[in-house]
Order: sequence, then C-alpha cells, then structure tokens
Amino acid sequence: MSVARFWREIPSRYNLIGSKCGNCNKIMFPPRFICPYCRRTGKLEPYNLRKKGKIVSYTVVHAAANGFEEQAPYTLAIVELDDGPSVTTQITDCNHSEINIGDTVELVFRRMGQDGEDGVIYYGYKGRLLK
Amino acid sequence: MAVGITGYGVYVPRYRIKAEEIAKVWGADPEKIKHGLNITEKSVPGPDEDAATIAVEAARNAVSHAGINARDIGVIYVGSESHPYAVKPTATIVAEAIEATPNLTAADYEFACKAGTAGLQACMGVVGFGMMNYGMAIGTDTSQGAPGDALEYTAAAGGASFIIGNNGSEAIATIEGTCSFTTDTPDFWRREMRPYPRHGGRFTGKPAYFKHVLSATHALLRKLKLTPQDFAYAVFHQPNGKFPVQAAKELGFSKTQVAQGLLTPKIGNTYSAASMLGLASVLDIAKPNERILVVSYGSGAGSDAFSILTHDAIEKKRKNTVPISKYINQKEYVDYSTYAKYRGLLVK
Repeated sequence: MSVARFWREIPSRYNLIGSKCGNCNKIMFPPRFICPYCRRTGKLEPYNLRKKGKIVSYTVVHAAANGFEEQAPYTLAIVELDDGPSVTTQITDCNHSEINIGDTVELVFRRMGQDGEDGVIYYGYKGRLLK
Repeated sequence: MAVGITGYGVYVPRYRIKAEEIAKVWGADPEKIKHGLNITEKSVPGPDEDAATIAVEAARNAVSHAGINARDIGVIYVGSESHPYAVKPTATIVAEAIEATPNLTAADYEFACKAGTAGLQACMGVVGFGMMNYGMAIGTDTSQGAPGDALEYTAAAGGASFIIGNNGSEAIATIEGTCSFTTDTPDFWRREMRPYPRHGGRFTGKPAYFKHVLSATHALLRKLKLTPQDFAYAVFHQPNGKFPVQAAKELGFSKTQVAQGLLTPKIGNTYSAASMLGLASVLDIAKPNERILVVSYGSGAGSDAFSILTHDAIEKKRKNTVPISKYINQKEYVDYSTYAKYRGLLVK
C-alpha cells in the first residue's frame, strides 16, 4: 500500500468516519462520494459512526496472511455496527473459543501492519469483545 | 495560576506473564525474585499493540471522562521510551485518533520513566499561562528488558492520559504545585539502534532512584509547607514493588498511604505510565478534598513531585471513568514462548 493511500483513509481507519446522506438519511461506511440510493439528489456529509456493533459471522484463520503469522490462529468477523453498516474486521485480544455470533464488540485502535522493518506503520480499527 | 485535572484515562494490555514463568526459563529461584522485587506478574502488550495504540485508548478514555470536545485540546505531549518510530511523532497519531487535529501543537517527550510527568508539567505551564484551554499529557510504554536480565521481570506495558485545564468547577482536582530534582546520573540507558537498555545494577538504587525521589519530595513539601500527614495518598514511581515502599518509609509515609497507588506488583513497571497510572488508581476511589502526592522518577536522572487536591467534581465525573481495576482484572496469562513471540524475541 502506498503511503498516500493509507494516509487518505486515516479518518475512516482511525475514527470510523463514514458518510450520511442528508436526503435519505442512510449511513454508509466506508465513506462514499455519491449516495447509491439518491444518486444526484443525495447530499453526503461526513458522519462519525459509533464504535460498537454485533458479530454477524466470523471465521478462524489458521493459515495466516503475510504479516499476521504471529497472531495465528486469529478471528475475522463481520460486525454490524450500531449505526447500520457492516465492517469486516479482526477480533483482537481473545481466544476464538470465546467468540459467539451475536456478541457485542467495540472497535479499538490497533496496529494493522507495517510496510517492512523500515516502512510506515498502519494503524486502524479491530473489534474487541465487550464484557 | 493554579491549574486542574479535567479528566484522565488509562489502559493496560490484557496479557500477563508470571514471575515464575520467566524464572523457570532462566533457572532462577522464583520466590527470591518475587520477594526481592515485590512483584507477582507483569503486563505484556499484544502483538498488535505499541506505545501509540496504548496511548490512544488511554486518551480516548480521558476525553470521555473529562466530557470535553477533543478539538478544544490545544496541546498533546506524549512521553515514552518506546515510541514506535525513531522519527515521526506518536503525538500526531494520538491527536488524529481522538480527533483533536488540526488546530493544536503536539510533541513527543523522552526521559526514561518520567517523560509522562515532564509532559504534565509542560501542560501546566501552557494552560496556566493561558495559551491553551486544555492540554493532554500522556505517559505510555511497551518497555524492553533484555532476555535474562533482571529487568525482564518488571518491564511491562501501559498508558495513562491526563487532561489539564483551568481550575474551575469542572476540575476533578487542583495541582497545588510541582517541584523537580534533576542531575546527570547514568543509572540506566539505551544507546541508539540498540534493542535493550543497560543499567547500573545496584547503582540504580541509592544514588539514583532514592536520591532523586526523596529530594524532589522534600523540595515540594518545603515549598508548599506540607508534611506527610497532610496527604491521604502517596504515589511514587515504581520500577519494582519494593523501591516505592522503601522511599515512602524513609519520607515518613505509611504503607496505607501508598497501597492504592502501588500497581507494579500486579502489572509490572509501566515506565512512563507508572506514576501516572498510580495517580489514576487513587483518583478512581478518592473522595473530594483529599490530598495526593505523586513523585515520578526517570533514569538519567530526575524526579517530578506534584501535590494534588481533589474536588467535588471527582464524584460527579466518576460514572464516566473506565477504572484501572477493570483493565487489571481482565487478564489472560501467557507462557514464556508466547511472550517471546509477542515481544519479537525470536529470530526467524
């Protein structure tokens, strides 16, 4: 990933800033430039989504992706946020045996990866079970 | 002008390793270590945590505790000896993650274990002078101890964030005064490009920790005309569980005054966060009109002493606090091999 691409997405990666259409009131994440429902009548504004949601589905990854070897086995989940949109995110700080569909999670700030030993560090959101 | 604490927040990672587990690997006597250092276990950062992520969670907790708009924070100072980048501030990452950007000033501080309280003093100056309405000082660390070194039993991870504001009705406490004591004392250091610090062994005690902690405390008590009996609580920097108790005794503070702020036996030495987490632990339970002494220590060497007096707002804002006990009690033990993997000790 280029530094500029990561940098452009910082507001949504750090703070879950999506879009809300002032016409149909639908909330979207990641942010959009055009409302897919209202098209040219849509009025999109930045919107801070609440960092909370529920696990809709999850999978346990044993064959880790590059850069995630130290975390295997880890859980990837689809989390439906309280504001409506769903995100695919890693569930951190847990054993996969603890996770159940329907569990409430909060989205916390974690390291997502790095561009090698001397590259930029990527930060973003991960889910954490709310107890 | 006196300044106050508007809010605070903490964070301690979930993972722990027991002293026995480390002792087993190095063939040491666990009881001797536990008794000698007064420590049972220490916190371990997860594989996706660093000083920045720890700072962000503590800072977010502080903003919600203070009940302010993060954009009103005019300055953020982040103190750490484990900043994720050698060049690129942690403070900008935190500022962005709490949405305090862009109209603020920010910088990273470094002074071994007292970089956080150095930031706190700078925030007091900035806010007290009227330059900014609110300043945020953070102490955060994922400290390093070389495998097999005595430091490995204590070098832990955690973070604390304090929002300094004016001394009005929203302040949970007033900072009555601060005094520092600083000399060039090479008791602990880490050279450029080196992964682990080195230290002077027993030299870290009397001429280093005790000389600075005791001198800064004496200076503050003299300045404010106070005695140990005027304080309900006392928090001293805690590189292990033994030094702060001994310093308290030498200064005339009782074990009861020190107990609530003594966290190292359970979570290890959180370096820049250690004395600030101790203060947070006291503020979690303190009543209005109670006086707290906080004394940090950073190798190299210096101590910052503070006298803090709580107000009525401390009880009003308590419902917004995420208490440190929540983070201390939610824990998962890891064995040495998992710890080695998480801390990057394995050569691949």
